Amino acid sequence: MKSISPVLKKYTPPALAIALFLMAWSFGAKQIETSLGQVPGPAMVLDQARILWQEHVAERQKAREFYERQKDRRAAMLEVNPSATVAAVSYTGKPTYVDQILTSLKTVFMGFVIASLVALPIGIICGLSKTVMRALNPLIQVFKPVSPLAWLPIVTMVVSAVYVTNSAWLPKSFLISAITVSLCSLWATLINTAMGVASVNPDYINVARVLQLSPLKKTFKVLLPATLPLIFTGLRISLGVGWMVLIASEMLAQNPGLGKFIWDEFQNGSSQSLAKIMVAVFTIGLIGFVLDRIMVELQKRVSFERVHA
Amino acid sequence: MKSTTTHYWLMATASAIVTILVFAACGGRTSSPVTEASAAGTQTASGDVIEKPELVLGFIKLTDMAPLAIAKEKGFFEEEGLYVRLEAQANWKVLLDRVISGELDGAHMLAGQPIGATIGFGTKAEVVTPLSMDLNGNGITVSNEVWQAMKPHIPTENGKPVHPISAAALQPVLEKFRNEGRPFRMGMVFPVSTHNYELRYWLAAAGISPGYYTESDITGTTDADVLLSVTPPPQMPATLEAGTINGYCVGEPWNQQAVFKGIGVPVITDYEIWKNNPEKVFGVSKAWADRHPNTLIAITKALIRACKWLDENEMANRAEAVAILARPEYAGADPEVIANSMTGTFEYEKGDKRSLPDFNVFFRFHATYPYYSDCIWYLTQMRRWGQITTSHSNEWYFETARKVYLPEVWLEAARRLEQEGHLTKEEIPETDGFKPATGDFIDGIIYDGRDPVGYLNKFSVGLKDNL
Repeated sequence: MKSISPVLKKYTPPALAIALFLMAWSFGAKQIETSLGQVPGPAMVLDQARILWQEHVAERQKAREFYERQKDRRAAMLEVNPSATVAAVSYTGKPTYVDQILTSLKTVFMGFVIASLVALPIGIICGLSKTVMRALNPLIQVFKPVSPLAWLPIVTMVVSAVYVTNSAWLPKSFLISAITVSLCSLWATLINTAMGVASVNPDYINVARVLQLSPLKKTFKVLLPATLPLIFTGLRISLGVGWMVLIASEMLAQNPGLGKFIWDEFQNGSSQSLAKIMVAVFTIGLIGFVLDRIMVELQKRVSFERVHA
Repeated sequence: MKSTTTHYWLMATASAIVTILVFAACGGRTSSPVTEASAAGTQTASGDVIEKPELVLGFIKLTDMAPLAIAKEKGFFEEEGLYVRLEAQANWKVLLDRVISGELDGAHMLAGQPIGATIGFGTKAEVVTPLSMDLNGNGITVSNEVWQAMKPHIPTENGKPVHPISAAALQPVLEKFRNEGRPFRMGMVFPVSTHNYELRYWLAAAGISPGYYTESDITGTTDADVLLSVTPPPQMPATLEAGTINGYCVGEPWNQQAVFKGIGVPVITDYEIWKNNPEKVFGVSKAWADRHPNTLIAITKALIRACKWLDENEMANRAEAVAILARPEYAGADPEVIANSMTGTFEYEKGDKRSLPDFNVFFRFHATYPYYSDCIWYLTQMRRWGQITTSHSNEWYFETARKVYLPEVWLEAARRLEQEGHLTKEEIPETDGFKPATGDFIDGIIYDGRDPVGYLNKFSVGLKDNL
């Protein structure tokens, strides 16, 4: 009995809470009648998740058939005219739910990488120099609380004006969403890095001075290693913010992804739309959770203290 | 402190993982680098080089995007050597901007959009159209509250209201709203949309002022009895339900949706306002059309075939079309809602389903031909309500129509389809681009595309041209 109790203690409360939540949800859902029909309960949402998966499988099948047709067509053309130029064409079917998830992940990583590339150097400089910090602080404080929805129209217009070539592997809408994500998510990394660098134990700096390390060497050998835990906390917050911002910007930027999926379903207004949107809500939640865990794991590796997940 | 090299290593791995993930994701299935190959173009069976075989075409979730969905699903695009991705757009503004910026190769458009863009009302850019996508297909719906108040003023026969219902029945409701100090608001989908002009036509035919656009008032509510505002089609029912508007003019399935949800009652269809009025067009930017002439003809061919498929054998294919349109990636509404209007019927009040075989016309009556006279009608309405701020001569109207509408592309596409056996001779109209004068309007005023200025001066409500 004694050996079971810690396990029970660990898993019983969350299991109970989830069960209670599901019960409350399915009961509550029955009470509300929207103009799109009843609010979907857990069973309906599960059902839609299954349908979305089946659609994905069916679409992949169609893609395979398309490539078969293309191969045949190409062979037939070459037979008639061996020197004909026959271009390879990629399948142009609808993006499935799985495609949408992949696009969203792609976009958030792109945004996250841009944000980190901008925030880390600025953060380090701010941490090193009180003057720079004082200079930039008002700007940081003003831009930090701006919502992605406010940035989006500006980013859209600027990207449209500056980025003229619309190549297939980096579409404009993708770039717009990614930049919006980075604009909203870079602040946490920036502030944490600055704070971390500013609070490095002065003894370390003195050692660096004694050893007459070059500024670059000082940064990479002393400052960064000492501030890594704080930087990772910042990165973790940034990624979480980025993921939340992404959905909003996808809804408006017409960038394919989970946000657009939700918006399209809202516009469909069919009797299954609400259930499909719920599937997306859970997907977003689960992916956000997984992303956070990944960052926590990375953070643990670089940290001396225990990380509170 | 642990050795710094460990940290180094960890940092490097972390960034490497992120980089790999990004690149792996970027190199995903849908975005294989085929653009270089397609830049050279592919050849069709007829030997023409298709300048751009891979296309992204935009649409708004409405049943009249059907020709695009059918051309794709029935393989008409593929037979022309076109590989098309169809992409739903958030609203008409976004759609037009993306066509102009080149993110979309072309799109399902409001007939007024290429015209408005070309003359510079709203976004200024040259947009052209080689094909009309359909006739009719819109309706005006009012909220239940308004309908109850209108009903006593509508003549009945066998206990059912007599259609078409004149906006005169709305007058007492407007009176009531005025006395209570409440503004009367109605939604339409875009300033240059057919819906805006149809709603205005219907109101003005009963002497109600829908308001004017002026140089400083781009919302078009100067001197208005009814305040009109823009709402994207799919959000119409929700906006009506929320009470933000008291009625709206929109395409299907959003009128039938109101009946199904029990939140409003359609009072009139645009077929009853102007019999067989032109509705959506297929639009591309002029720059795009100049660079891709063969591709444009190929698209036009595929769309003409799709329109014919939708109407042929007395609309025998409509049931299949409904099933395709109901898919979430196209119109996406429930099939029974779409079927209501797509299969030749229209449900007004719940249970009052009437036969309306010409509610959605895609091909009959030479519907796909881009008539200059259709373009000119839109121009007259833009002038009537002040979107065009100055008087113009008849010649200006003709010239603008020739800039925007491309019947020569349509004719080339039709001729080839005739050779390939997909069209018959009778299906290609012999015309100079002007339909004969017609009085098929709710107020009976005769429209002749050859005299737009004279037409404008016939209206009692609206700006007149003093030349």
